Amino acid sequence: MMAIVCEKLTKHYGSVVGLDGLDLAVPTGTVFGFLGPNGAGKTTAIKLLTGLSRPTAGRAWVAGHEVPFDDHAFRGQIGYLAEEPRFYAWMTGRELLIYVGRLFGMGGSTLTRRVDETLEVAGLGAAARRRIGGYSRGMRQRLGIAQAMINSPPVLLLDEPCSALDPIGRKEILEVIGLLRGRATVFMSTHILADVERVCDTVAIIDRGRLAVQAPVEELRERYAAPAFLVQVEGSGGRVAALADDLRRLPWTLGVEIAENEVRLFARDLARARRELPEVVVASGLTLLHYELVRPSLEDVFVRLMEERQ
Amino acid sequence: MSFSILLGKELREQWRTYRFLAVAIVFVAFSGLMSPIVAKLTPELIESLTSSAGQAISIELPEPTAVDAIGQFLKNLTQIGAIALILVGMGSVALERERGTAALVLSKPVSRLPFLMAKFTALTLVFGVGLGLAAVACWTYTVVLFGPLEPGMFLQVSLQAALYLWVLLAVTFLCSAVFRSQIAAGGVAFGVYVGLSVLGMLPRIKEYLPRALIEGAGALSLGDPVDVSRAAAVSLMMVAICLAASWRVFEGHEL
Repeated sequence: MMAIVCEKLTKHYGSVVGLDGLDLAVPTGTVFGFLGPNGAGKTTAIKLLTGLSRPTAGRAWVAGHEVPFDDHAFRGQIGYLAEEPRFYAWMTGRELLIYVGRLFGMGGSTLTRRVDETLEVAGLGAAARRRIGGYSRGMRQRLGIAQAMINSPPVLLLDEPCSALDPIGRKEILEVIGLLRGRATVFMSTHILADVERVCDTVAIIDRGRLAVQAPVEELRERYAAPAFLVQVEGSGGRVAALADDLRRLPWTLGVEIAENEVRLFARDLARARRELPEVVVASGLTLLHYELVRPSLEDVFVRLMEERQ
Repeated sequence: MSFSILLGKELREQWRTYRFLAVAIVFVAFSGLMSPIVAKLTPELIESLTSSAGQAISIELPEPTAVDAIGQFLKNLTQIGAIALILVGMGSVALERERGTAALVLSKPVSRLPFLMAKFTALTLVFGVGLGLAAVACWTYTVVLFGPLEPGMFLQVSLQAALYLWVLLAVTFLCSAVFRSQIAAGGVAFGVYVGLSVLGMLPRIKEYLPRALIEGAGALSLGDPVDVSRAAAVSLMMVAICLAASWRVFEGHEL
């Protein structure tokens, strides 16, 4: 059962292609990460799924409804958080949630209880009676998540839900999103790969408006990320750069990245790299401080995939 | 259902952002209270100016009456009132699109028609109350300064002025629905206001245009009533057309 389906979804802004025939299927009850570099079409896709924007071609279904442009009835099935959520500055956080809840047809004690719950979950209980105009960007982001959840929708469309939050705030919101797994489908776009690794089951990566890959996070790691060795050395920057050049010339090396005194080597032949790498480092005259075979991160997958497509 | 929720929010917004207070102050102070005072004091002011200029200038001014106060009231409403109306109305839709709050509301189960109608109704109520307060203030001060003034006649004068301003409000609202920038909306609405004023002076067509309502109100205060039914009908049609066009245009906007 799919909560979201896109079929050749296309959006052109004049001569600019925002989305170029996106095909996507999001299983019900999953936390789905929607990744892509800036300008890849993430926000465009989410706006099309909310019906706030009209596709140039293609179709989309959300929660079993075909998404029409500006058909308000199906919106009872979704919760939406915009990339930079904006609110009425004169309202308090609590007033906004009551207003939004009433637009969903809620009222009475059910609404009051739900407002209290979402304020608590979003960590805004203490600021509920303050004007939104005085909220920080992070607080507005939390309020945006709270209003998206107010109607307990089966599908949540979140555009960069953690972008304005500090690390603690991000952790808390990701925990909330994680708790929704199995109860609702969360479709979240983000450029923070660590967040995706922390909370998402499945990931889609889009590039230039097209789907590059869609798979569970673990499968992506196995399929795309080459094994990497992390090497920390002691020595001057020039010598570290020379070592990186030497390593790049070796037949078992796929790629080398350096950051100060840290060298990250992606191996084509894991066994040879494991055997020969320490010798090469020692031969360069640098002192080997740390040597480790690291688990490939989603960032490695993302970077490699983007490099391949270019 | 959603209309009443949206209207409630719009009215609270007008109140909490002090727009209602600003409109009421502008209308009551500049149109309601100032009009009879200016009418009363203008001859004395001119007399004091001419006497200070010496014997060279001599202007004979008739004794001011309630008619002058009504004339001043209409002039202030159609100038200061109209500008206040454009300034408040120009952001009604454009600002919500510009800020992104329209997307917040319209991503909920809300149709665009009640979204627009709630805004226009709230603006109509705010300006209606402002004009009503101004009319009461003007009538009271006119009675105090000039003596009795027939309430029925003054009510009709005020209603004609209200219909004229309602047309301008609907035009401003349409501009606000068309343009994403409230400055552009205000600029075009002001251009239409000037255009309607100029067209309202042209023979043959002037009796069909909203400006005739103000001319008719002036004539009514002089005890010389003229038929403004054609101008009233055209004005109501213009309001309806502006609202329908606002809906049509706004329905096509992507947010």
